[in-house]
Amino acid sequence: MKIHEYQGKEILRQFDVPTPRGIACFSVEEAVAAAQQLGGAVWVVKAQIHAGGRGKGGGVKVAKSLDEVRSFAQQILGMQLVTHQTGPEGQKVRRLLIEQGAAIAREFYVGMVVDRAAQRVALLASSEGGMEIEEVARHNPEKIHTVRIDPVAGLGDDDAARVAHDIGIPDVASAEAVKVLQGLYRSFVEKDAMLAEINPLVLTADDRVIALDAKFNFDSNALYRHPELVELRDLDEEDPAEIEASKFDLSYISLDGDIGCLVNGAGLAMATMDIIKLYGGSPANFLDVGGGATTEKVTEAFKLMLKNPHLKAILVNIFGGIMKCDVIAEGVVAAAREVQLNVPLVVRLEGTNVELGKKILAESGLPIISGNDMADAAQKVVAAAKG
Amino acid sequence: MSILINKDTRVITQGMTGKVGQFHTQQCKAYANGANCFVAGVNPKKAGEQFEGIPVYASVRDAKEATGATVSVIYVPPSGAAAAIDEAVEAELDLVICITEGIPVHDMIRTRYRMQGKKTLLIGPNCPGLITPDEIKIGIMPGHIHKKGRIGVVSRSGTLTYEAVGQLTALGYGQSSCVGIGGDPINGLKHIDVMRMFNDDPDTDAVIMVGEIGGSDEEECARWIRDNMQKPVVGFIAGITAPEGKRMGHAGAIISGGQGGAEDKLAVMEECGIHITRNPAEMGRTMQKILKG
Repeated sequence: MKIHEYQGKEILRQFDVPTPRGIACFSVEEAVAAAQQLGGAVWVVKAQIHAGGRGKGGGVKVAKSLDEVRSFAQQILGMQLVTHQTGPEGQKVRRLLIEQGAAIAREFYVGMVVDRAAQRVALLASSEGGMEIEEVARHNPEKIHTVRIDPVAGLGDDDAARVAHDIGIPDVASAEAVKVLQGLYRSFVEKDAMLAEINPLVLTADDRVIALDAKFNFDSNALYRHPELVELRDLDEEDPAEIEASKFDLSYISLDGDIGCLVNGAGLAMATMDIIKLYGGSPANFLDVGGGATTEKVTEAFKLMLKNPHLKAILVNIFGGIMKCDVIAEGVVAAAREVQLNVPLVVRLEGTNVELGKKILAESGLPIISGNDMADAAQKVVAAAKG
Repeated sequence: MSILINKDTRVITQGMTGKVGQFHTQQCKAYANGANCFVAGVNPKKAGEQFEGIPVYASVRDAKEATGATVSVIYVPPSGAAAAIDEAVEAELDLVICITEGIPVHDMIRTRYRMQGKKTLLIGPNCPGLITPDEIKIGIMPGHIHKKGRIGVVSRSGTLTYEAVGQLTALGYGQSSCVGIGGDPINGLKHIDVMRMFNDDPDTDAVIMVGEIGGSDEEECARWIRDNMQKPVVGFIAGITAPEGKRMGHAGAIISGGQGGAEDKLAVMEECGIHITRNPAEMGRTMQKILKG
C-alpha cells in the first residue's frame, strides 16, 4: 500500500528524521493560508499523487511570493499530472503539500528495500540525489552503497556513518546523517514497509540533513497490525477495478488488452496472459480468483471484467485441485446468466471432477466455447476476440 | 527414492484443528501411505484430543518426542505462522513445510535469521507443499493428477505446478517428487537447493523448473545447472506479459527497477543450457522431445 509524500514525512518525523515544515492542502485558499502560516520568502508547491516523477511532469514549483503560491496551486490542483509512472492518461491532483523552501547545498539518495537474496533489509545510498536509483544502478552501479542490516542488531552507528561518508556527506553533518538513516530503518521495520525512499535527502547550506521527499510502500500482509496506516489509504489514487476486486478478495490488475482472463492461482494467471500474447492476442487483465472461489466470487469476477469497455472475449482457465471443476462450472454458468454476457466465453477446465464440470457447461445451453487444453483455449479465445 | 520425503516420513501438522488444516489433513491422510505418515497434530489448547484418529499435542517438541516425527506442515493463520516455523526449528525437525499465505515479510526476515545455523530446512511459505507420488503428499495439491515416475518438478507457483504435472502425466511421464517452493520474497528452499537434490537423486532422470517474475533465484539456479547439473532441465517463466511495478498476486512476483523480468530470466536460462519454452502448454512436450532424443 502506497501513501502520499506528506504522510510519509509525518511518519519520518515520528522517527526523528528532519523534514521541511509543511502543510497538506486541498484547495487554493488553503494553500495560500498555509504559506502565510509557514512564513518565510520561498515555498515549494508540490502535487501529492502516489506516482513518482512529479517534478518533471510539472507538479512541483518553487514560489517566491504568495501570489506565486496562489497561481501555482491553481495550476497544479486538478491537473492531470502525467509522469513515467502514471501512464499516458496521468493522475488527477487532488492534494497539495506547501513546504518551506530549503537552501540546498547537496542532494543524496537513501532508500530501504527487502533484499530477497540476502533475506534482510538493505540500505541503499548514493551520491546521485534526485536521480532514480534504477537509473543509477544501470549506468553507475559503483555509486550505490549497500548495507544489509542484521535484524537483531539493527543499523549500527558505524555502518550508518560509513555509508554517510561513502556518499559524500561531510563529517560535520555525519551525526545528523546517522540519525536520519537509523530513523529511516526503524520506520521501515516498525511500520512493515517493503520500500522506503528519501530522494533527495539534502545537505543544507548550514550543514543540516533533511528529507526533502518521502516515499513508502507498505506490506499489505501486515496492515492488520497497522490500523494507523490503513487510515492513510487514498482510494482516489487506486484503480477502481482493483479496489472493487479487493472487496471480494480477488487479485485483479487492469491491463490494456481486450481478452479478459479468469484464472485460479497467480502463476497460472500470469501464464494464461503469456499464452494469449503468444497466440497473437492481448490480455485485458490479470485475475486470480484464488483457491476458494465460490459462485459469488466468480460472478463478481465476471462483472469486473465486463466493466472494461475494450473487452472482446473472456477466457476462464481453471486447474481444479482442491477447487472442484463442477463447482467452478456452476459458478461460471450462474455468473454468465446473471451478468448477461455479451462477449464470447471460452472455458478450459482441468483437474478434479473435470468431466462433471464440462457436462454442466455443455448442458447449460449457454454459448460457451470449450477449450480442451491451455493452448487450444488460448487459440480459441484469440480467434473469438478478433471476431 | 525421491527427494525430501517418502512413504516412511512421519509428519506433525501445525494448525491441524483449524478449518483449512482439518480439510487438508483428511486429504493427505487419504493419499497413498498417508494414514501411516500423519502421526500428530499440535494445538496447545487441545492437547490430549484426537482428530481423525490423529493425536493432538501441546507443542511440536511434545509431538516429536511422542511420535518420532521429523517433518511438520503448517496451516496456522498468517499472524502466527512465523512463530509456528520458529517452534518447529527449535524442536529441531528436519523439514518444515509452511503452506500459509500472507505472512508479513518482516516476520519472515526475523524467522529466517533465527534459522541460521539450525538444521531445519524450510519449504514455503505460501506454497502448495510437496509430494512423492504413490508414497506421500504433504500439502494442498490434488493427489490424483500425479503419477509415480522419474521426472522432478520444482516451482514457485501452485496451480502452474499442477499444470506442469498434468501435462507430464497425460504424456505418460510420472514424477519422482514435485516441490512447490512458494511465491513469497523471503522463503526457505530456492530453486537451486531443490535442483541439487534432484541432481543427487538416482531416481530422477530430468527436471521441470517453473519460475516466475521477480528476484533472481531462477538465474542463480540456471548458473548452477550450467556448471553442475547432470540431467536435462526444462524451464518456463510466467509473467512475460506482466507490467513493471505491478505485483502479480504473489508477493514475490513483481518486476522492480528493471530487475526480475521474464525475458531476462529466460535468456540466462537458455544460455545455461536449460531447454526453455515460452509456451506454458508445452512444458510436458518439451520434456518429451528431450527424453525421446
